[in-house]
Amino acid sequence: MKNVTTRNTLRVILLILVASLVIAPLLASFFGGFKSNAELRTNPLWLPNSWNAENYIAIFLDGSFWRYLGNSFFISSMTVFLTLVVGAAAAYVFSQIRFFGSKMILSYLLLGLMFPFAAAILPLFIKVRDLGLLDTYWSVILPQTAFGLSLAILLFKAFFDQLPKELFEAAYLDGCSYLRFFWSFTLPLSTPILATVGVFVFVQSWNNFLLPLVVLNDRDIYTWPLGMMQFQGEYLTQWNMILAFVTLTITPAVIFFLAAQKYIVAGLTGGSVKG
Amino acid sequence: MTTMTRPTVHKRGTADRIKKNLVSGKLSAVLILLPPALILFSLFVILPLVDAAYYSGFSWNGYGSPTDFVGTQNYTRLFDHSVFHTALWNTTKLILVSLIIQMPLALGLALLVYRKTPTNTLFRLVFFLPYILAEVAAGLIWSFVFDGDYGITASIFQSLGQESIYVLADHQWAFPAIMTVIVWKYFGFHMMIYIAALQSVPKDLIEAAKLEGAKPRQVALFVQIPLIKHALVVSGFFAIIGSLQIFDIIIPLTNGGPSNSTHTIVTYLYTFGLSRLNIGFGSAAAVVLFVLAIGFAFFYQRATTRGGRA
Repeated sequence: MKNVTTRNTLRVILLILVASLVIAPLLASFFGGFKSNAELRTNPLWLPNSWNAENYIAIFLDGSFWRYLGNSFFISSMTVFLTLVVGAAAAYVFSQIRFFGSKMILSYLLLGLMFPFAAAILPLFIKVRDLGLLDTYWSVILPQTAFGLSLAILLFKAFFDQLPKELFEAAYLDGCSYLRFFWSFTLPLSTPILATVGVFVFVQSWNNFLLPLVVLNDRDIYTWPLGMMQFQGEYLTQWNMILAFVTLTITPAVIFFLAAQKYIVAGLTGGSVKG
Repeated sequence: MTTMTRPTVHKRGTADRIKKNLVSGKLSAVLILLPPALILFSLFVILPLVDAAYYSGFSWNGYGSPTDFVGTQNYTRLFDHSVFHTALWNTTKLILVSLIIQMPLALGLALLVYRKTPTNTLFRLVFFLPYILAEVAAGLIWSFVFDGDYGITASIFQSLGQESIYVLADHQWAFPAIMTVIVWKYFGFHMMIYIAALQSVPKDLIEAAKLEGAKPRQVALFVQIPLIKHALVVSGFFAIIGSLQIFDIIIPLTNGGPSNSTHTIVTYLYTFGLSRLNIGFGSAAAVVLFVLAIGFAFFYQRATTRGGRA
């Protein structure tokens, strides 16, 4: 029995040690935002001497911070909306309607699961430019949606396949069409998987850096990761400002994570193929 | 006979009508629901990848249409470029670190916190937290940690009475620093995969092993780990495919420097292809990345399914 308690104490000590190492950079960032640059030099890690929030306030009062967040929010929301609608519609067809070639088309759409996004980035830039979409929200939303479709269709189809078939037969006898059934039965019954995929797509889009970096030049429509790099370029070694900015931008993500962790963990570990 | 036929004819008529409705309903449903996905996917996923293969045969700055066909010259230039060699080697190092350090670390921690207790849940949340942060944000925070004037490593050096090193500007230390950040960022993801698997291992198997006198370490080695082999295979796949695509986190940390020593395949492709508008050359690098990813996926799947059969 004593052996078990020592073992458990050792386990907890080890876990606390690892957890401290994991969280230390994040806490240092949060504390750092309250410090002056001079204080940061001598005390990069621990609590600030005084909780002086002026760096944070300066960023709050700066319009570009809110614009970056707003741009990201719009792009991520639209990406989620489009991925859910377009992906669920396609998955519904594959789940409910057998027709010549449907299996081949499904395999085609699932090819995206294997493709590294970065390999397409140069032609994507050319394509987006030729379509006249550079420096528009759509230059990010459309390719993101396209690259998220494979996983979405895979997960939606697996879910739709498990919905009771009797339901459709009964609905059809009552004169319900496929489209109507999709809208009034399949989608409302699929909220768990819609939420899982939606949260996954949102996080991916919210954090995306490479695509916006390539297709957005206009600071007015920068997403927040671009804005953050821009901010870093302007403040260079004013680490207290940079840390305040980073802390403020990751706070929504952390809150969102704590609120929706069930879906996030399920979506990111269970479904993620892109790692 | 005739009285029997009539209702049958009548019935067949309705059946036909129903069938016709069904077919037309099917057809319109397919024609409305499927094209958006097909068009988006073809336009923004398949076509760009085909284009990359096409562009890689040209010397092209991206303006006008590609006309200067150079055959395989982009590829020979690529494979002669020492920075590309560095990028390939760095990417290999990332894969190795993921497989050899990150996965065992994640597995060890998963074994410590997989049981459903409130403290374990808290630890899991903390360990998973870095994974949900944007790579760029994580990179910026760590570039502060490693800063030679202000950073945490600087004050560690100073407290040891040594001159501080600019970790990220140092040839020897920059890439190990990047690998540290990557392990920090992603181990929680692998841990979560293992936890989900460990929780589905039947409890009576573990109890039985304990009754036989197995120590916790033995239970882990001989009961739990063999039973979650599938999760290990999946996480190994993510580790490799993910390592091949590392980009975001490098940019704020080193941006490929010092003197191009910390490039990965994707930062190479971005730096030497896109930002210098060598679209043909960059596309050749993209094709190499594509082939590596597909090749790995294919090889890995064959190797692991064969292992599963044996």
